[in-house]
Amino acid sequence: MKPVMMIAAAMAVATALPLHAEEKVLRIATEGAYAPWNFTGPDGKLKGFEIDLAEDLCKRMEVKREIVAQAWDGIIPSLTAGKYDAIMAGMSVTPEREKVIAFSKPYAAGINVLAVAPDSPLADLPGTGETWSLTSQSDQAQKRLDEIRPLLDGKVIGVQGSTTASAFMENTFGDSVELREYKTAEEHNFDLMNSRLDAVLANATVLAEALTKPDMAGAKVTGPMLSGGIFGVIGVGLRKDDSELKQKFDEAVGAAVKDGTVSALSEKWFKVDISPRD
Amino acid sequence: MGDFLTFMAVSLTTLLRGVPLTLQLALLSVVTGGILAFALAFMRLSNRVWLDYPARAYIFVFRGTPLLVQIYLIYYGLGQFTGLRASFLWPFLREAYWCAMLALALNTAAYSAEVVRGGLLSVPSGQIEAARSCGMSHWLTFRRITLPLALRQMLPGYSNEIILMVKSTALASTITVMEVTGLAAKLISQSYRPVEVFVCAGAIYLVINFAVARGFTLLERRFSPERQRPHVQPNQIEESRV
Repeated sequence: MKPVMMIAAAMAVATALPLHAEEKVLRIATEGAYAPWNFTGPDGKLKGFEIDLAEDLCKRMEVKREIVAQAWDGIIPSLTAGKYDAIMAGMSVTPEREKVIAFSKPYAAGINVLAVAPDSPLADLPGTGETWSLTSQSDQAQKRLDEIRPLLDGKVIGVQGSTTASAFMENTFGDSVELREYKTAEEHNFDLMNSRLDAVLANATVLAEALTKPDMAGAKVTGPMLSGGIFGVIGVGLRKDDSELKQKFDEAVGAAVKDGTVSALSEKWFKVDISPRD
Repeated sequence: MGDFLTFMAVSLTTLLRGVPLTLQLALLSVVTGGILAFALAFMRLSNRVWLDYPARAYIFVFRGTPLLVQIYLIYYGLGQFTGLRASFLWPFLREAYWCAMLALALNTAAYSAEVVRGGLLSVPSGQIEAARSCGMSHWLTFRRITLPLALRQMLPGYSNEIILMVKSTALASTITVMEVTGLAAKLISQSYRPVEVFVCAGAIYLVINFAVARGFTLLERRFSPERQRPHVQPNQIEESRV
């Protein structure tokens, strides 16, 4: 490149920069392997409930968005390290996570359930088809869990590592079951069908989606759907010192929940409304 | 600072519980892979096409594909076959531990086979001819002359391979084996403090590999007696060998 051209190119870049700076780009991380919340489509593009919601929220906040896929087990450290500004990846608000990051207002409720392979003796566990909140209906939930405990004794249960499902299994059935932790929900579903696992515990919406796939034909959801408590609610993960962004997200999420956008998106992707209720 | 040190201590004690599993995986796969490596090297050197080419193909495939892919293929891939799931192999292949061990052993066999072959080829033909002319049989020549000299040549290259294997055991954590790296990932998911935990994990691998490297240095000395006695003249060594 000739010197004159280099100078011209440098000037072009220099004049272009201020224009770009006006339009702030918000970097949002998702996992990309948690259908239908967020997943990578056959065309390699990110899709799902949270991708649509992120688009809506960014419109409300009047920012340009860039969504990146990030492996689940590094998703919080990378946020605090500043690789992106927000996490929308089906992440439940937990006290442990709140020690490290901040959360916006919730945009969904977390519901978890067990699933088993076809012909499993664990199909139709006590409470199948019921939904209990660990917070407001703790007595009923506890009764069902106590009935289930002896049936799960010595069984191998798969969960995705660093999730509320893994924390719940460890706290509730830790000494009676053998717990295996996987990187993704897809991997534990594989091993469920391979008969390496007796059951998996995962987000009900993710399981419902997975069970529609031909390679999981015959697998069943079993035992009660559990919400509240450790499963809590799902919000946008943010850096603690980023209070300006938190305020923006709080407003945008609050508005999206109120005007029914979240319910509509939830119905579209999950066939059920899991928008948070006060 | 106090918090930092306490957490480092917690990390270290947690991760140390994974050391036996890491060592087991490394040791078992190195031993199995080593035996397989000798077999492959002999096949390569047999001058028989029907032995040489299968060994070449094996080495080509296992050196040419990533170990992580091999682990996934063995763990998730083999489980897809209903026939295999019904066979006597399934009690083993059902367990992530044995799948990891198998993948590591098959992988190291391919690399080690070339180290072994290189070692065997490096023995000067004059020494072998001398042994044969003294009336030693093929087997005696191999046992007394070729193998000891070849082992000495192999050691530096082979120590590399073992150190790589110790580090490769970390990949077993991707299929739910809770060795040092698996425990580290779990601890990070609970504490969200990756720096401290990974520093501890790194330090543990460093100590293990330091021991491996030292062990090989000692072995090299043992196999090279002339280097321990610098006062002996070169011509005396030649005489003592004859």
